[in-house]
Amino acid sequence: MNEVNRVRWRCRRGMLELDLVLARFVDRYYARFTPDQKRLFGDLLTLPDNDLWDMLTREEVPGADEEMAPLLRLLRRC
Amino acid sequence: MTNVAKRTFDTLVIGAGGGGLRAALQLADAECHVAVVSKVFPTRSHTVAAQGGINAALGNVSPDNWHWHMYDTVKGSDYLGDQDAIEYMCRSAAQLVYELEHAGVPFSRLDNGKIYQRPFGGQSREFGKSQATRTCAAADRTGHALLHALYQQNLRAKTHFFDEFYAVDLLKDADGYVLGVLAFEIETGEPLVIEARTTLLATGGAARIFQSSTNALINTGDGLGMTLRAGIPLQDMEFFQFHPTGIAGVGNLMSEAARGEGGYLLNAAGERFMERYAPNARDLASRDVVSRAIITEIREGRGCGERRDHVLLKLDHLGADVIKQRLPGIRELAMRFAHIDPIERPVPVFPTAHYMMGGIPTDRHGRVVAPAMFGPEEAVPGLYAVGECACVSVHGANRLGGNSLLDILVFGRAAGNHILEYLRDNPYPRETPPDALEVPLQRLRRWERPGKGETVYRIREEMRSVMERHCGVFRSGDLMTEGIRKVEELHDRLQHAVIHDRSKVFNTARIEALELENMMEIALAAIISAQARQESRGAHSREDFPERDDDHWLKHSLYFMEGRRMDYKPVRLKPLTAETFAPKARSY
Ligand SMILES: Cc1cc2nc3c(=O)[nH]c(=O)nc-3n(C[C@H](O)[C@H](O)[C@H](O)COP(=O)(O)OP(=O)(O)OC[C@H]3O[C@@H](n4cnc5c(N)ncnc54)[C@H](O)[C@@H]3O)c2cc1C
Repeated sequence: MNEVNRVRWRCRRGMLELDLVLARFVDRYYARFTPDQKRLFGDLLTLPDNDLWDMLTREEVPGADEEMAPLLRLLRRC
Repeated sequence: MTNVAKRTFDTLVIGAGGGGLRAALQLADAECHVAVVSKVFPTRSHTVAAQGGINAALGNVSPDNWHWHMYDTVKGSDYLGDQDAIEYMCRSAAQLVYELEHAGVPFSRLDNGKIYQRPFGGQSREFGKSQATRTCAAADRTGHALLHALYQQNLRAKTHFFDEFYAVDLLKDADGYVLGVLAFEIETGEPLVIEARTTLLATGGAARIFQSSTNALINTGDGLGMTLRAGIPLQDMEFFQFHPTGIAGVGNLMSEAARGEGGYLLNAAGERFMERYAPNARDLASRDVVSRAIITEIREGRGCGERRDHVLLKLDHLGADVIKQRLPGIRELAMRFAHIDPIERPVPVFPTAHYMMGGIPTDRHGRVVAPAMFGPEEAVPGLYAVGECACVSVHGANRLGGNSLLDILVFGRAAGNHILEYLRDNPYPRETPPDALEVPLQRLRRWERPGKGETVYRIREEMRSVMERHCGVFRSGDLMTEGIRKVEELHDRLQHAVIHDRSKVFNTARIEALELENMMEIALAAIISAQARQESRGAHSREDFPERDDDHWLKHSLYFMEGRRMDYKPVRLKPLTAETFAPKARSY
């Protein structure tokens, strides 16, 4: 409970679009995440809003590491 | 009092958006011991969402001066803006932008190396003669650049940050001095008293009170709720700006660029209806005109979709290439949030609440002012407010694009300077009376109450829908009387609502409950102020009083929570040095 609450609060952003996408994502997938995936998602949430939005909307993200790729694919569907 | 932890500073800033951070920087650079409290990490404040830019009459692209900017702002405000504050803002604009440049904001450049400027609606040269080019931009992320630069500067200047702390209520003594705030740390749930000789509210806007809104979820107007509960009125709360093309059901912005590139609106009959409402400007008429036309179409049964509750924004005729090249961001938003590719089909849109012109009444030094013994504008000792939560008032009944980022910086700095003076004149902290904490702590504990009841979520969504229907783009006396009754009912139901999560750590349910308490008071302020104002001015549009009425209504509204009553005060028509711009019909 605490952990998902923490994540939910960190999904409160400065841009409405991110609020919406991140909340959907957490609702759909977070409960099934492995600890590694949870850590990766936590890392993503530390990015500035505009960078995060770019990652979710651009087809290819130069420099995004392999580990992150499956997570980003899921996020792009939300 | 004894069991609540306490920290003491010279000055406290609540809110880490552009307004709060600009003020904090002014203070920290003057060696003042300053703390900033923010419910989210500072650079996630709503200021990051501002893409368009910031106005300043730099004249880099075409001749310009502050006096023309002032004229445009007064006219845009539909003459409700205070002309002393507007002059001050427009005269300071250039310097503020150069300061930002030095603080590290990477403004876009012209070929000659000067700061790039773009034309925006409502900007003119020579007092209305031709289009001006006044908006300075850092690509399409001005707000982001500004916020990050100010945050870095504050770290350098050693501002103390309380990140992810939620401010609950102001603390006051019997003489009316504001002494700080009761907050709690979101991570632990532990309350904390932050004492300071001055407190600055910079908590941003409250457009989330409407069902459809462009604002991020954090924009719940907490500072306005705190102000009302401290017995201070809110000013001009009937004035909310609606943007005509939000994605229906979601609210986020389909920017004017879509119509600028040749997109247009359709009703259920497939008719290009803006031709009837604005034969010349058609789909590019001003925001309020297009918003009203959309609502009229829907009301008269020509809305689209199963529930006939939206209209369509058609872009497909532009062709895939144009859409992909010139409107990629808009296409992305439509596909993601409306599940529609505008290359193939039109996008459902509906007017969406965008900006709050009203707020906490202040003078141009950022001091919170309220009616008292000797007049309508006496300073509340120790309390300041800047940014979208404040009403200084430079936007009056209608804000111009690009003027809000300017407002938060100009008055952030001005408040910082005035606070320094106040601190010099009031060198000793006043004692917090033992009972000052009682009521705020009760508010916190109230949400620990077990038992059955309605959920906060349900009441919130109902309130937002009532505000939309009864106090939206079009208003009328009867509709609002019914709306007030409904919001009052929801207000009462909220007293009995419960939350099921009673944990301490990151209890988001409790935060949302506290936020809703603030939104509910603001909704009442907005709809009661709107019902009282029997004219149409700027963003406030009454079907039963369609004209502006300067004889009776060229005045600011003040709403008091106690007794839910209205009061009024004059508009400051006298600028600092310029001549008054006397009210004229507002046409573009
Ligand atoms: C989509 C969009 C685009 C825009 N584009 C432009 C533009 O191009 N140009 C322009 O001039 N204006 C624009 N605006 C308007 C402008 O962005 C805002 O008016 C402005 O950024 C508000 O800044 P602020 O400092 O007052 O508040 P915010 O940036 O909203 O900051 C509020 C702060 O208060 C904190 N806070 C709130 N409540 C609490 C609490 N209870 N406890 C602790 N902390 C709290 C928050 O954490 C946050 O740090 C736009 C607005 C929107 C919605």
